[in-house]
Amino acid sequence: MVLASPSPFTAEQLQAHRLTPNEYEQIVRLLDRHPNLNELGMFSVMWSEHCCYKNSKPLLRNFPTTGPKILVGPGENAGVVDFGDGLRVAFKIESHNHPSAVEPYQGAATGVGGILRDIFTMGARPIASLNALRFGPLDNPRNRHIFSGVVAGISGYGNSVGVPTIGGEIYFDETYSGNPLVNAMAIGLMETEEIVVSGAQGVGNPVLYVGSTTGRDGMGGASFASAELTDKSEKDRPAVQVGDPFLEKLLIEACLEAFKTGAVVAAQDMGAAGLTCSTSEMASKGGVGIELDLDIVPAREKGMSAYEFLLSESQERMLFVAHKGREDELIEIFHRWGLQAVVAGRVIAQPLVRILHKGSVVVEVPATTLTEEAPVYARAVLTEPPAYVQEAWNWDVQTLAQPSDWTEVLLKLLDSPTIASKKWAYRQYDCLIQGNSLVLPGAGDAAVIRLQTVTGISRGLAATVDCNSRYVYLDPYEGGKAAVAEAARNLSCVGAEPIAVTDNLNFGSPEKPEVYWQMAEACRGISEACSFLGTPVTGGNVSLYNETHGQPIYPTPVIGMVGILDNLEKHCTLGFKKVGDLVYLLGQAGGTLGASEYLKVIHEMATGRPPRINLTQEQKVQSTCRLGITQDWICSAHDIAEGGLLVALAESAIVGDLGVQVEVSDYAPNLRWDERLFGEAGAQIIVTVSPADQKAWETFLRENLGTDWHYLGVVAPKEHGFRVVDKEDSIISVTIKMLTQSWTSSIPQRMAHLD
Amino acid sequence: MKIGIVVFPGTNRERDVAQVTEGLLGCPTQFLWHQQTDLSDSDVVILPGGFSYGDYLRCGAVARFSPIMQAVRQHAERGGYVLGICNGFQVLTEAGLLPGALVRNRDLKFICDWVHLRLENTRSLWTRGYHAGQVIYVPVAHGEGCYYADPDTIQRLEDNQQVVVRYSDAQGECPDAANINGSLNHIAGICNQRGNVVGLMPHPENACDPALGNSDGLKFFEGMVTEALAFT
Repeated sequence: MVLASPSPFTAEQLQAHRLTPNEYEQIVRLLDRHPNLNELGMFSVMWSEHCCYKNSKPLLRNFPTTGPKILVGPGENAGVVDFGDGLRVAFKIESHNHPSAVEPYQGAATGVGGILRDIFTMGARPIASLNALRFGPLDNPRNRHIFSGVVAGISGYGNSVGVPTIGGEIYFDETYSGNPLVNAMAIGLMETEEIVVSGAQGVGNPVLYVGSTTGRDGMGGASFASAELTDKSEKDRPAVQVGDPFLEKLLIEACLEAFKTGAVVAAQDMGAAGLTCSTSEMASKGGVGIELDLDIVPAREKGMSAYEFLLSESQERMLFVAHKGREDELIEIFHRWGLQAVVAGRVIAQPLVRILHKGSVVVEVPATTLTEEAPVYARAVLTEPPAYVQEAWNWDVQTLAQPSDWTEVLLKLLDSPTIASKKWAYRQYDCLIQGNSLVLPGAGDAAVIRLQTVTGISRGLAATVDCNSRYVYLDPYEGGKAAVAEAARNLSCVGAEPIAVTDNLNFGSPEKPEVYWQMAEACRGISEACSFLGTPVTGGNVSLYNETHGQPIYPTPVIGMVGILDNLEKHCTLGFKKVGDLVYLLGQAGGTLGASEYLKVIHEMATGRPPRINLTQEQKVQSTCRLGITQDWICSAHDIAEGGLLVALAESAIVGDLGVQVEVSDYAPNLRWDERLFGEAGAQIIVTVSPADQKAWETFLRENLGTDWHYLGVVAPKEHGFRVVDKEDSIISVTIKMLTQSWTSSIPQRMAHLD
Repeated sequence: MKIGIVVFPGTNRERDVAQVTEGLLGCPTQFLWHQQTDLSDSDVVILPGGFSYGDYLRCGAVARFSPIMQAVRQHAERGGYVLGICNGFQVLTEAGLLPGALVRNRDLKFICDWVHLRLENTRSLWTRGYHAGQVIYVPVAHGEGCYYADPDTIQRLEDNQQVVVRYSDAQGECPDAANINGSLNHIAGICNQRGNVVGLMPHPENACDPALGNSDGLKFFEGMVTEALAFT
């Protein structure tokens, strides 16, 4: 039923607000009247995918979200997990893809700022950041500009705010040209006794606005972020927010101090959809209402309308509900840090969001209409894989000619920017600040930092972000599983036990059946792997409509995972350590070329069937690696990923600055040479072990892995070089210097065009 | 003996320093808010790294006007010990307590990396634990760390042996490749003529804890604590 009175809005106005006619009808039904323009603006942002997950909610329901170590699951600003002895860790990942596409520096910078606020809003001090980035190939100047700007933005914000950027991953592929992905993950350590929640409580309690002022920047960013990018997106530049890390640093200190007073009832950061989102979510979660007077909100510029106040995405702002009578105490803290703090409203009994401006009510809607009652679209999922997938699965490896020079292949793979050293980027990130960094970028498969209790108990926290999106594209279910498995494997390679996940689901338009199928299948794979490996999902972010000119990106469900090291000393890195150490593969020998980096780089093809992960095998291999590390047998550990066996071996040699001698005559002898050397599989880890421990180690291997392991060779002096032999035949013989050169100069050389 | 760590708005490595002076060396340490006008009872003053006032105008340019800087100046004039690390070094040059300036890195990018430093002047309170020519491995993390001064000043610094540490390679040589940010004469740290005020671009405080794998920087603080304790 629609009201008899004609709509005050034209079809163009609705379109500009990215609301469909059906959605508008639903708003009218919920309000039992037409909304005014302010309210329409609020619905526009709150009903965007970014805020309400209207397209993804039905797919997220199957994620495992509980477990003995999970203190806070999805629904709050961040997930919180138990690290024992009172150490509680908050963590979350969030995307800033669209802003980064039009304004790389600020887009990435505010992405970092936003995710940090999610962390300290919980009462946790941010202790680490990671990021998962995707760009188009670097031979395109625009892609170089975006890559360079994004890295500078992360560096500019993260370094200044004083949170170490400890890890991440970067892939380059054509599908991200014009639509880069910038997913920022943050980790914090709880400093307050109680975890600060976001649901407003206590009728009559004051609502405080704290932090920075409100300006016209970032208008409607959430709905901008939920639309496809076009040539006109550049015009949306005002929808990109501008960050101020200096102010954020002050806000961190002031907020943590404020939370410790016990005077704060609830807190919510103002990220996407600013005042609109914070008021409606706090009211709706608390089952109460909030009345807010915009005339009291500190404005950056004169003459702002209510609409602008409500939709502004000015950064570094928060909304607090305080205990009545204790507001002055809080205001004093913020003023001392040179920040704004005003009582701008109060909690009311009626479950409404009521906004006052210039003495009159300009918005009055039930809070839940903006949040819980937002539309949810359960779309039909294709029952058969789409044509492009079926075609890929029918690809036959035997149609592929094998190259003759394997050394050349290896060097070319190491030079592929996706595989090559990312030092050009991470050297710009301060990874050491706060003085707890142990395994630094480039040194291990995951980052490790130290956590300490006030009584001095140390524990290690390992973190990683992972997703091979070509796998997901060619088999979303297997690719989703593989992303989780790889994240857990990377943690296991540094000796950490995987604990929990935060996920960032980046996809194209859900309105395309093919894309929705990718989403559904990827989520199914992620759910299954997370359940099996015991790593529940504690929250995350969904970013849809990642398309340019109608072409979707590869489906990219990034998995952020944290793990625990009970004993900090028992950690492991990926570089070879000592001449004479024995090299082993944990897992089954061989791999497939389907969806491999080899196929992409050497044959310029993205096809075939990606590896199918056997989760039982994955778990066995990983626990063997972790146990081997705690037993002090394993000296180095590195998982086999893009580029297969030889790339993994080469990376361990390069980072360890040592040579290696590997014998492959009985390594998966039934497969083709390219499958043996460069095939990818999952559930594979390369480790080195001191010859003194060989007997105990191999007994242990037989007990744990049966026959699913392989002796490969021995670490050699650097002068020996990198040698792979098949009995008497040399397959590869190359100096470490040449490997290093290919691997380290790949990205700097391509970026030199820019300088 | 007490150590005072000056905290400006935007300072962000104050805890890293306290973790060493108090956490590892057990030396009483207090944070001094920039609005304080006296140094209370601090015997040694450290200006830590960070982005004071966001470094928005020019690194350290605003911080030098903070109320506490007058007290730091008096403390230095009395012969009191002052160490500025990274942003702290920048503040000390802006305040005129040390000569020269720190400008954008040669490649115009922020650099976080490990570098070799050759110890030059080991007579200062901070470097007595090392021997001249010794090479240590510590991190840098800065965007504006390229040391610059006019030729006369550089000459004076060299003549008076006011260069405390230089960027070098592992052997203690100073080829151009080892000069990470393009600093004149590879200068990574200097002291004033009297030797009581020292500025360092690298972060020895992030290379102190053996549990994190490298403690090459510890002697900067250890030497100071032992020495200062001997005085009291």
